[in-house]
Amino acid sequence: MKKFNILLLLIILLSLFSIGTVAAQGGTDEISDDEVNAIASQLFCPVCENTPLDVCETQACKQWRELIRLKLSEGSTEAEIKEYFVANYGARVLSEPPREGFSLLVYFVPPAIILAGIVILFRAFKQWQVNDDDEADAPTAEAPLDGAQASPTSTSGTNDPKDDDYLARFEEQLRKKD
Amino acid sequence: MLPSLGYGILVITLLVIIYSVAVAIYGEVKKSAAMVESARRAMLLALPLITAASAILIYLLVNDRYEVEYVWSVTNRSMPMYLKITAWWGGQPGSLLFWSFLLSTFTSAVTLRKWDRDRELLPWVLVVTGVTLAFFISLNVFFENPFKLVPAGVSIPLDGRGLNPLLRHPGMIIHPPAQYLGFVAFTIPFAFAIASLITGRTDDRWIRITRRWTLWAWLFLSLGLVLGMRWAYDVLGWGGYWGWDPVEIAALMPWLTGTAFLHSVMIQEKRGMLKHWNMILIILTFDLVIFGTFLTRSGVLSSVHAFAQSEIGPLFFTFIGFIFFASFGLLTKRWADLKAETEMKSMLSKEALFLLNNLLFLSLLVISFWGVIFPLLSELFTGSKVSVGPPFYERATGPIWGALMLLMGVAPLSAWGISTFKTLGRSIWKPALASLIAPIWAISVGITNWVALIGFTLIGLVIAVTIREFWRGASARSRKSGENFFTELQKLIKRDRRRYGGYIIHISMVLMGIGIIGIELFQSDTQQHLGIGDQVELAGYTVQYDRLDQFRHEDGRFITRGEMSLSKDGKYLGTLAPRFDLYPDGQPMTIPAVRSTLVDDVYIILVNWEGITAESTPFKVYHNPLVKWVWIGGYVFIAGIIIAAWKDEEKEKI
Repeated sequence: MKKFNILLLLIILLSLFSIGTVAAQGGTDEISDDEVNAIASQLFCPVCENTPLDVCETQACKQWRELIRLKLSEGSTEAEIKEYFVANYGARVLSEPPREGFSLLVYFVPPAIILAGIVILFRAFKQWQVNDDDEADAPTAEAPLDGAQASPTSTSGTNDPKDDDYLARFEEQLRKKD
Repeated sequence: MLPSLGYGILVITLLVIIYSVAVAIYGEVKKSAAMVESARRAMLLALPLITAASAILIYLLVNDRYEVEYVWSVTNRSMPMYLKITAWWGGQPGSLLFWSFLLSTFTSAVTLRKWDRDRELLPWVLVVTGVTLAFFISLNVFFENPFKLVPAGVSIPLDGRGLNPLLRHPGMIIHPPAQYLGFVAFTIPFAFAIASLITGRTDDRWIRITRRWTLWAWLFLSLGLVLGMRWAYDVLGWGGYWGWDPVEIAALMPWLTGTAFLHSVMIQEKRGMLKHWNMILIILTFDLVIFGTFLTRSGVLSSVHAFAQSEIGPLFFTFIGFIFFASFGLLTKRWADLKAETEMKSMLSKEALFLLNNLLFLSLLVISFWGVIFPLLSELFTGSKVSVGPPFYERATGPIWGALMLLMGVAPLSAWGISTFKTLGRSIWKPALASLIAPIWAISVGITNWVALIGFTLIGLVIAVTIREFWRGASARSRKSGENFFTELQKLIKRDRRRYGGYIIHISMVLMGIGIIGIELFQSDTQQHLGIGDQVELAGYTVQYDRLDQFRHEDGRFITRGEMSLSKDGKYLGTLAPRFDLYPDGQPMTIPAVRSTLVDDVYIILVNWEGITAESTPFKVYHNPLVKWVWIGGYVFIAGIIIAAWKDEEKEKI
């Protein structure tokens, strides 16, 4: 009887252990497609061109998504999964170049060029101002439709222009256009 | 016999164009009007020749002549007639011929105009258009012959391969022609600009001659982009409309400089300023047009669009380089002559704001160009490939689009010559106040995303300012004349179509902005495996999976079709039927089912690549708020540009 009890105890203990391991493996069923896609959408297919991993239709991509699912079920974080893909397939799987090395240029060059452009224009504008101070000319600006102050010679504009005034300028502009 | 005839005609066309270019140069150098006239006539001759060659190609396509390789590659017997015709541009050789056909048409139209006032420009316009035409025709003649026969000894195929199913959508039928029309039409303003530079003219004559060309080119370029977006949304099945794909960017870049050009030329016309800018912008636009064609054709930066790798890549590269250096060389030579006639006085004047406009568009160009070539540079210099994707472009360009919207709201109110914060402030405070309705309403319906709130405010501002422009003009006139407001409104628009058409286009842009903000910031989606009877919930909607049918269509397609019923808060809204078509040659098509309202779209696809069974069918459901406004904006845009391009009531003295 004692032997039987020990056997029974052993069987129960073994079952308890196996439940533990089975529970650990059943994880992938609980990872939804949306969780997989949340990560896959931030990656590009390693072999196709410019195709995000969540919409790529190839068998290979399908397997890569399952790989993401597996890793998620094992507890990997988003960052770890991305690192895994980069390590195995290169930086091209990321939807943006990594912020290091040569790739830093992609982030710095456009602002540098744009800034340079602004500086050049500003200098040119200042140059015009300087030239203008040397010349004595009156601006031949057209009055804006609002009757608001447009040139140094006109009287200060009224807050709300009268329609007649506005209309007169408006007609004049149209006439000039003809 | 017919294919050889077609090829022979192309060879003759090439010779005729080379003759035209050579004689135009020679005639100009020798001051011989007769020679220049001969060159003009030769250029005219190119059109019927190319038309004949194209007609032969279409005949071959429509009559299933599979001994011609191109016909085999883009048609098959089961395709309907209209698709066989559009297969003209369904593959590389045919689309190059199509390009040439369009350019020849435009060149002929230009050649037929009255040249009396501008005789000196004629030879150079012929040279520029002729060189470009010769380039494209020689691509056909020497490298991508549309009339090439299947190799000798190989038996003629019984059926063709057929057009890629992605291309069988109505949008895809008009998208390439629209895009090409836009691309090709920019050749004309470019030709006149170069002619001006060569002849040393510094006035705005070339701009005024080509004003309508620019407008129509820009119309079709914009239309091509919108149609491309619509096609991607309808057919590509990833619930979106723009992926910052290299070829999308290739079409966007000339649009950026083209839009800047469109605005900037007004300043040269009105104030004689920004002459250097206009030259730079049109040269860039034309270069980018060829570059865009190059990106699509060469496979250097492959993408969803790219045709297979081909030897014409290096040729394009050389041509672009030649155009770039020759044009900018000319510009450098004439730089001093293009001095502005007046000066820019105030940083808030209309001129200055247009200059800012140029700067913003060029910034967008720099970002797009750098992003699109960077993967290539990275591979070249480090050996490792990187991807530059949507996050980069969205983050970099977002604020600039916002600045452009602000500009659309402010610029109409600024004055020529001088504007100050005070004067602008006076005109803008009322529309600015009115525009606050937008964010207040947005917050009241629960939107807290600050990017969206800023975006909606700017959109409100543009609409308020623009409507005010119409209102003030019409109401002032009607008060004076005693006529009805709407009559005066019509008259107003007719007197200055360019301005008011332009304002309508601005409104169309912000309407599209509404849609873009909606889908970019508030899209949600879910993917689930469903059995019959299961339900999915998303954004308040309930989608129920009702049935699955699988059957073979008479044209050979194997179709898998799901049926879903859509409801919201218990109310039944309709049935949606997403489909997956498998073509006989193995090519698949995923066709979404969409319910579209002004408020949002519910968009469902069968995720066919995950394997479909009735018990476990994978679906992806998207909720795309406001996206319909993108298409509404597209329609308003077309209306706006037609108004802008229509001849004004008074005869224009060009």
